[in-house]
Amino acid sequence: MNFYRLQVLIGIDPSSLQAGAREIENTFQLEIARHKLQDEVNLLETGSLGYFGTGVAIMIYPGQITYVNLKKEDVPEIVTEHFLKGKPVKRLMLGQAFTSGYNFNYRRRIVLENSGLINPENIREYLGRGGYESWEKALLEMKPVQIVDIVKNSGLRGRGGAGFPTGLKWSFTQPLTVPQKYFVINADEGEPGTFKDRLIMEGDPHKLLEGLMISSYAVGATKAYIYIRGEYRLCINRLQKAIDQARELGLLGSNIFGTGFDLDIEIKIGAGAYVCGEETALIESMEGNRGQPRSKPPFPGVKGAWQKPTVVNNVETIANIPSIISHGADWFRSYGTESCPGTKVFTILGDVYMPGLCEVDMGTSLRTLIEEYGGGIRDDKKFKGALLGGAAGVFLSEKLLDVKMDFNSLKEYGAVLGSGAILVMNEDADMVDMLYAVIRFFRHESCGKCIPCSKGTQKLYRIISRIRYGEGSEEDLVSMIRLAQAMNISSFCALGQSLLMPIRSVIDNFRDEFLQKMDKKYKFSREAS
Amino acid sequence: MKIFINGKAYDAFPGEMVLQVALRNEIFIPHLCYHPRTGPAAKCRACVVEVENLPGLQTSCNLPARDGMQVTTNSEAVLQAQRVVIDLALSSGKHDCLACEQNGNCELQNAAYFLGIERPSYEFALEEKVPDASSEFVYVDRAKCISCGRCVSGCNNNVVNEVINFGNRGFHTKIIFDNDKLLGESSCVQCGECVQLCPVGAIIDKRAIGQGRSWEMEKVETVCAYCGVGCRLELHINRKENRIIRITGVEDSPTNEGMLCVKGRYGFDFIASPERLTTPLIRENGKFREASWDEAISLIASRFRSIIEEHGSNAIAGLSSAKVTNEENFLFQKFMRREVGTNNVDHCARLCHSSTVAGLAASLGSGAMTNDIAGIKNADVIMIIGSDTSAAHPVIAARIKQAVREGRTKLIVIDPKKIVMANYADIYAAHLPGSDVALLNCLMHVILKNGWEDSKYIEERLEGYEELRKEVLQDKYKPENVEKISGVPATTLHRIAEMFAKAETASIFYAMGITQHTTGRDNVWSVANLQMICGNLGKIGGGVNPLRGQSNVQGACDMGCLPNVYPGYQSVQDEKIREKFEKAWGRKLSSETGLTVIEMVDGAYEGKVKALYVMGENPFLSDPDQHHVISALEKIDFLVVQDMFLTETAEFADVVLPATSFVEKEGNFTNTERRVQKLNIALTPPGAAKADWEIIQMLANSMAAGWQYRTVSDICDEINQLTPQYAGITWERIGRNGLQWPCPTETHPGTPYLHKDRFARGLGLLRGIPFIEAAELPDEEYPLILTTGRVLQHFHTGTMTRKTPGLNNLAGPMVMMSVEDAEAMGIGNSEPVKIATRRGEIEAPAFVTRRIKKGVIYIPFHYKESPANRLTNPVVDPVAKIPEYKVCAAKIRKIS
Ligand SMILES: Cc1cc2nc3c(=O)[nH]c(=O)nc-3n(C[C@H](O)[C@H](O)[C@H](O)COP(=O)(O)O)c2cc1C
Ligand code: SF4
Ligand code: SF4
Ligand code: SF4
Ligand code: SF4
Ligand code: FES
Repeated sequence: MNFYRLQVLIGIDPSSLQAGAREIENTFQLEIARHKLQDEVNLLETGSLGYFGTGVAIMIYPGQITYVNLKKEDVPEIVTEHFLKGKPVKRLMLGQAFTSGYNFNYRRRIVLENSGLINPENIREYLGRGGYESWEKALLEMKPVQIVDIVKNSGLRGRGGAGFPTGLKWSFTQPLTVPQKYFVINADEGEPGTFKDRLIMEGDPHKLLEGLMISSYAVGATKAYIYIRGEYRLCINRLQKAIDQARELGLLGSNIFGTGFDLDIEIKIGAGAYVCGEETALIESMEGNRGQPRSKPPFPGVKGAWQKPTVVNNVETIANIPSIISHGADWFRSYGTESCPGTKVFTILGDVYMPGLCEVDMGTSLRTLIEEYGGGIRDDKKFKGALLGGAAGVFLSEKLLDVKMDFNSLKEYGAVLGSGAILVMNEDADMVDMLYAVIRFFRHESCGKCIPCSKGTQKLYRIISRIRYGEGSEEDLVSMIRLAQAMNISSFCALGQSLLMPIRSVIDNFRDEFLQKMDKKYKFSREAS
Repeated sequence: MKIFINGKAYDAFPGEMVLQVALRNEIFIPHLCYHPRTGPAAKCRACVVEVENLPGLQTSCNLPARDGMQVTTNSEAVLQAQRVVIDLALSSGKHDCLACEQNGNCELQNAAYFLGIERPSYEFALEEKVPDASSEFVYVDRAKCISCGRCVSGCNNNVVNEVINFGNRGFHTKIIFDNDKLLGESSCVQCGECVQLCPVGAIIDKRAIGQGRSWEMEKVETVCAYCGVGCRLELHINRKENRIIRITGVEDSPTNEGMLCVKGRYGFDFIASPERLTTPLIRENGKFREASWDEAISLIASRFRSIIEEHGSNAIAGLSSAKVTNEENFLFQKFMRREVGTNNVDHCARLCHSSTVAGLAASLGSGAMTNDIAGIKNADVIMIIGSDTSAAHPVIAARIKQAVREGRTKLIVIDPKKIVMANYADIYAAHLPGSDVALLNCLMHVILKNGWEDSKYIEERLEGYEELRKEVLQDKYKPENVEKISGVPATTLHRIAEMFAKAETASIFYAMGITQHTTGRDNVWSVANLQMICGNLGKIGGGVNPLRGQSNVQGACDMGCLPNVYPGYQSVQDEKIREKFEKAWGRKLSSETGLTVIEMVDGAYEGKVKALYVMGENPFLSDPDQHHVISALEKIDFLVVQDMFLTETAEFADVVLPATSFVEKEGNFTNTERRVQKLNIALTPPGAAKADWEIIQMLANSMAAGWQYRTVSDICDEINQLTPQYAGITWERIGRNGLQWPCPTETHPGTPYLHKDRFARGLGLLRGIPFIEAAELPDEEYPLILTTGRVLQHFHTGTMTRKTPGLNNLAGPMVMMSVEDAEAMGIGNSEPVKIATRRGEIEAPAFVTRRIKKGVIYIPFHYKESPANRLTNPVVDPVAKIPEYKVCAAKIRKIS
């Protein structure tokens, strides 16, 4: 193996490809060759580096120096200045003013530990970092019920939004003695402003596969599916490559490690609707039906896909499993809080300097996330509020900036962690407009199965449109909340039930803004919706 | 188990949902998506209730009742949530009740009324939606649809026609047909299941629009007069105008569970047809003139008397009818046997299932369908051979499709045409018409060779096994050899045999494709052989199941309208039995077996039969070789036709008697599963038309019979006394759901399936049956095999269905031919062609399709403008005397 002086990771994902990543990659190769640096500088493709709206980006080790918004013309400068002379090019560096305080703590990274460090398309790099050792250990040394117990003890909770204890979920399916069970990875990731699952799959697909193998074995599933949204082309390709490689090495297939255990993993491409992320709708969609939720009970763990017991877990949830198996439950509990151990990957978007992704301890405060990891509010504006947990989330005002970001702490304030999306808004944000966007999203995503949600979202949309055009009245606020409450009580699934949260929280926290709009007979220029 | 609703205790059955318990006890909970036949969908969310110890509100339609459960349906929280749902539904569509057909019958309206919603509180969101009026009978107004999904479930899960689905999402969700086609252009078969299930006015009967609101209509239950399924109907009647506005299926009927087919639901125009006969007619100088009942009856009586005096009783023959009641059939044969003194009585069962009666009576001891409709779902494998089930017996087809859809039942379809049922089949085989015995023997060959037979069953319950073995184990029945005869690949034959024999319970359904052959009885017996050696008789879900073609063909046979048996299949040649009837009827009776239908026609042609009394039949179109029938009808001295219409046959009559339709009289029909069900009077008959039983009694009494039946129930009593199978099926007992014979005593519950533990004849009789080819095979001059049958939209000779314009629009005359043959002859689709056989020639448009085998053509026999039976071969089965409608040699030529 060659020893390189510099490792240069170039993020290849759909948005960077659009920004010309390939061309820049080629230019780097030419420039490196021109300066005869091939033996010193290793150029590697990886998934997204975790920053957004930053065009083509590269990250250089050692030093973890990140260049963003690269143009072809910048390449010669980087190669000569940085690669050859060792002088980083300041003007191209990410959030240059903040890099001093910008502190990735590697030891804290569990699910993202390899992302951006290895070539995701080469299983040997994953193996080189101890990959698949947990799988071997689990299959050769542990009984399924032991694994379930370890996961239970670790306190791992579902990262798909609801925070349901993972070990507990498994313990309903594990004891069932039926010829066929399924394990399904929920990689639908439909929550607006969330792309954590994508980064895990793009940057380290084997991490997910290894977790999935262990999990399947733990509940007795011999067939596993990864249900993934069709837009995630790169993830799909990388996962498929990873599955093929794993199968080649005998990590998958029949009679794995000679234990008699069979497992196959198949990728299912989703239909693209938000509600298909709901586990029963996901199952319906997998079966080839309309993606609409099913009644619970029976729960999927008992009667799921094709009426067989089926465990559905989120990508991030399962990406934690290999480390839990190798390091144990207590190790996992050393991260995060008592009731919510481990780390959480947050997506910070909106009016911050460094929109992107970070993996931090559960229970980290919102303020820390915004100020340290998001780099603070952009352009020295003031913080006004944040929408936590995606569209079905809660609008917080600055009063709650110090809230701890974990399932339980947020619940105290009627807020949710959801998928870990944080949308930060500065003083200029128009909260009526924000609510309008949320309701419009719900109206669009209502699957149409039940009356309260399919008809209710339409009515809410009409009311909020009216308010937005300055034609609303205070009564409209009352009737919006009342309708959302009724939807909360009687909608079929969580989609229709959860619209109450954003509506109530935004009206509670920013009521004045709504009244202002009515007062002034504030008119918007009509905008096509 | 008990649950408490609003503090009061109610009994609940295991598996029952809270909503069901409430509704059963007349506690109203608004519900839109729940229907007893589509089950809980939990979609509309109108049925929410409060339950102690459960958080929030629960939908009651999918909430299983648990012992001690405390349910509140009337708290303010509950009503408020319900109100929002109903309010949203009301304000999201065009629910202007005053102009809606469903007004008064609408479940959304009922819920709104119950909750005190006067007008929707949300702003109306009206998207202009154009109603879809493209279909003949079903009208769709999506502006009223609340997306409850009942129609979707009904079309897919009940009738399994798989037409409707949901399209779009969210607020824009709408029902779509196929891939969003207009209903009239979709694959919809217009069964009307969706109409019946829709809770609002979104899918309605097109022809009922503007014909009156629900509260203006009276409802009467009766039995469908078309096919032998015997669906129970609910007639919605405008009493003042004495007419039917619409028909729905009876939801709790064990026969049809609310389902109907397009004929049963929409083909009722004939009842109010201006062409109905309203007065007796007498032919004078070659023309009909109106006559009084007295005049017509005494004319017939005197002519009958003089013919009897001059030529003897056997010079008169009677054709009874599979469309009239048991009581009327009973009286008809009694009249022929007692008043005329002959056993010359037969009916159209001769033309459809006499081979079944002959074959099954000899092998099993009873000629009827062995099993019941409700048991279909218990079969592991169902084989359909020679039955276009979804066309001729649509509701039984639905039950079979349901079983297949459930996933438990596998389906094998064997038919020369790729019928619709083949779409649902695990294995489909297209065999050549007339190769049935070879094919069935081949299946038995494979089964016995592999030891898949049920040897214990064979040993304990059957006889004749060695003889059967000897026949079917011959090399000529090897799959490779039968492939040459039947055209079915050897591997397919093998797969069928394996799938069939390895099933725990398998049933066979067949119809005219098996029976209407010169080898009809052999075919039937072969089916019985196969079922016997597989041990599939005498258990639920198995059986030999001939599907009877007409509403009361089973009853007409049961009632002895056959030349060799009295009611209950009691032989006229058995002295003891004859004595029993002689004693009961106080007359000497003939011991001579009478003439069959075909023999009657031949007899008339030869001048031996002088008079023919035809009740409710149309031999002109239904009998084979039409030219021959016409000459016979012309030759006959005295022809009496008793019918609702001046049929093609009646045109030849000397006296025509106007009869009532099935909705204008009482009596019983016996359906294909031997279920005796009651007809009720719904309308008054037009003019002077009378019920057939009244006419027969008048005629009998004018021949000094001295009958004194005051009502139909008097006749029923006599049937109970003389017919052992019907002894316990008394007028009082029949009830809404009927009883299945045999029912020997008044406490007997009826018999869903026959031959349990013991065959009606003791041991089941196996017989080795050699394969014999059809009587007329294709040759150089007539190179094609012609086969005939029914289409879904029409019935028999069309006397009834062709009076409904919509049905005519849906299906007209045609000759179905393969793409290969059409190309070879240069014939295009819809091009009119001439079809000829040795007996005649007709014209019909070609229907070129891949669904039929090369070398085979198919013509439906309903149309007098293209009468298939001008072409068919009148050769008959030597025992059953059934004509070979299903095979003859034909040729096609272009007209130009
Ligand atoms: C409307 C809706 C959308 C959802 N979308 C997702 C999703 O995109 N990804 C996901 O993992 N879970 C999603 N969920 C949650 C899933 O239903 C389910 O709880 C989750 O997959 C379970 O995995 P976990 O226990 O590992 O979190 C959604 C739920 C709802 C109600
Ligand atoms: S709540 Fe909305 S998304 Fe969920 S089932 Fe009802 S209509 Fe569909
Ligand atoms: S009429 Fe029958 S086949 Fe047609 S859509 Fe309705 S249920 Fe389906
Ligand atoms: S058409 Fe009628 S039955 Fe069908 S979904 Fe709409 S309201 Fe329900
Ligand atoms: S014709 Fe047959 S299937 Fe159709 S409604 Fe009548 S009895 Fe039922
Ligand atoms: S009847 Fe229960 S949800 Fe519709």
